[in-house]
Amino acid sequence: MTINEIQDDLIGDFAFFDDWMAKYEYIIQLGKELPLIDDQYKKEEYLIRGCQSKVWLHADFANGVINFTADSDAIITKGLVGLMIKVLSGHSPEEISEAQLYFIDQIGLKEHLSPTRANGLLSMVKQMKLYALALKSRI
Amino acid sequence: MAHYDIQRIRNDFPILAATIYDKPLIYLDNGATTQKPQSVIDAISQYYSTLNSNVHRGVHYLSQRATDAFEASRKKLQVFLNSLHDHEIIFTRGTTESINLVAACYGKAFVNAGDEIIISALEHHSNMVPWQMLCEDIGATLKIIPITDAGELDMDAFRLLLNDRVKLVAVAYISNSLGTINPVREIIKLAHGYDIPVLLDAAQAVQHVPIDVQELDVDFLAFSGHKMYGPTGIGVLYGKEKWLNKMPPYQGGGEMIKRVTFEKTTYNELPFKFEAGTPNIEGVICLSAAVDYLNDIGLANIYTYEHELLEYATNALLDIPELRLVGTATEKSSVISFLIGNVHPYDVGVILDKLGIAVRTGHHCTEPLMDRLCIPGTVRASLALYTTVDDIDTLVEGIKKAASMLLA
Repeated sequence: MTINEIQDDLIGDFAFFDDWMAKYEYIIQLGKELPLIDDQYKKEEYLIRGCQSKVWLHADFANGVINFTADSDAIITKGLVGLMIKVLSGHSPEEISEAQLYFIDQIGLKEHLSPTRANGLLSMVKQMKLYALALKSRI
Repeated sequence: MAHYDIQRIRNDFPILAATIYDKPLIYLDNGATTQKPQSVIDAISQYYSTLNSNVHRGVHYLSQRATDAFEASRKKLQVFLNSLHDHEIIFTRGTTESINLVAACYGKAFVNAGDEIIISALEHHSNMVPWQMLCEDIGATLKIIPITDAGELDMDAFRLLLNDRVKLVAVAYISNSLGTINPVREIIKLAHGYDIPVLLDAAQAVQHVPIDVQELDVDFLAFSGHKMYGPTGIGVLYGKEKWLNKMPPYQGGGEMIKRVTFEKTTYNELPFKFEAGTPNIEGVICLSAAVDYLNDIGLANIYTYEHELLEYATNALLDIPELRLVGTATEKSSVISFLIGNVHPYDVGVILDKLGIAVRTGHHCTEPLMDRLCIPGTVRASLALYTTVDDIDTLVEGIKKAASMLLA
């Protein structure tokens, strides 16, 4: 599936939730299913700034695609990271660095999260794209 | 709470009728900033509609009237704090600037290499970083009064920190993170025993407890307008005349001068020496409306009401399984910090927000305190004179809902 196909699928999934609770329960569930970062990467270099909670993110490049693993000390943040990983993981550096992430707005996350929290979300995406850009230039 | 007309008070605050995500707003982030009564909102509009003019220099009518209102506000603050002189009231941008002013100017006049400044482990970064900067600049040492697990100052340790090298003690009157009311009278008495002046960060106190600076015998007192139902961007530094007169000015510019030549500038008298540039005229004049509002209800009544509400809230929250309070001092005011199980405070904050409940989550600008308590932060509900028992009940229901979603 392409990045946009995954985004469209998620938009469809979220359309089923008729209230915020169901939506957040789903995000919490995603947090629990997050592909966890290896403990050796859970240190300062892999920490993302901008979140009230801590996020560690690691990118692994193999067979032409990037796979992300991550962790957070807050479960909702973990779920949000999980969403990003669902969309971006398993794609080429080029696809990731050029991806337009329109699903965040459409599933009503950006508008419902406060600016400081959204900044955390945005810095998370920025970091994923930075990894992709760095790997793209290495290819 | 019989004589306290809470409904009438709530009607004074238009924003309290707001709905958030189709739910009535439950505003429990008063430690960050309080909402404004209609009288303060009207005063702001009135100022710009009828009075706007620069103060202290114009000979024209409007400037005279603006100056009169500006100086009347200073007098009102003098009475509010019961200071000996009105020129002991310096207007600043807020608590942070008030403390920075003392760090810069008292520091320049009185602190030398090898000297010591004492703060406590529960200070807001605003009452920590200015002293750190001063100590780094001058080669002085910052000493920290440790706290107990309950969040109270270790007074025995404080006594041991006092000596002739200490040039200032700067502590919070009330902790913004934990709500601890510090034993400020004892602190001041002990420090004065060594002729050491004391600065109180009263940002979380001035709206909750009556303050009489002469009775306290405090040397400096700093607070913000926006946390006491007044406008944002205005604050006060009270300082004893004997200290302020010996301190050099804070910033150079208009208003603070007596005579300027290229060779030498002589400085104006108190309080203008510390108020360079066009001040926040609107803020000063409308802060006066906030003081009127507090005086009308009476701080003694506010204290009693909030104290009963805090007890009610504490008991209600303690009934929630998995909830633990952070900060269990015997003397507390208007702040309840807590955690649920191992749930990150951010998660609780997100769910409560969805329920229309505004609380604060995080380290509350007291990172060293959170490190000391070995936690990433807390969820903080902070009360105000308009908080109701219903607000607390809704909070308790919200926490239960958040716990059921997040603990599963």
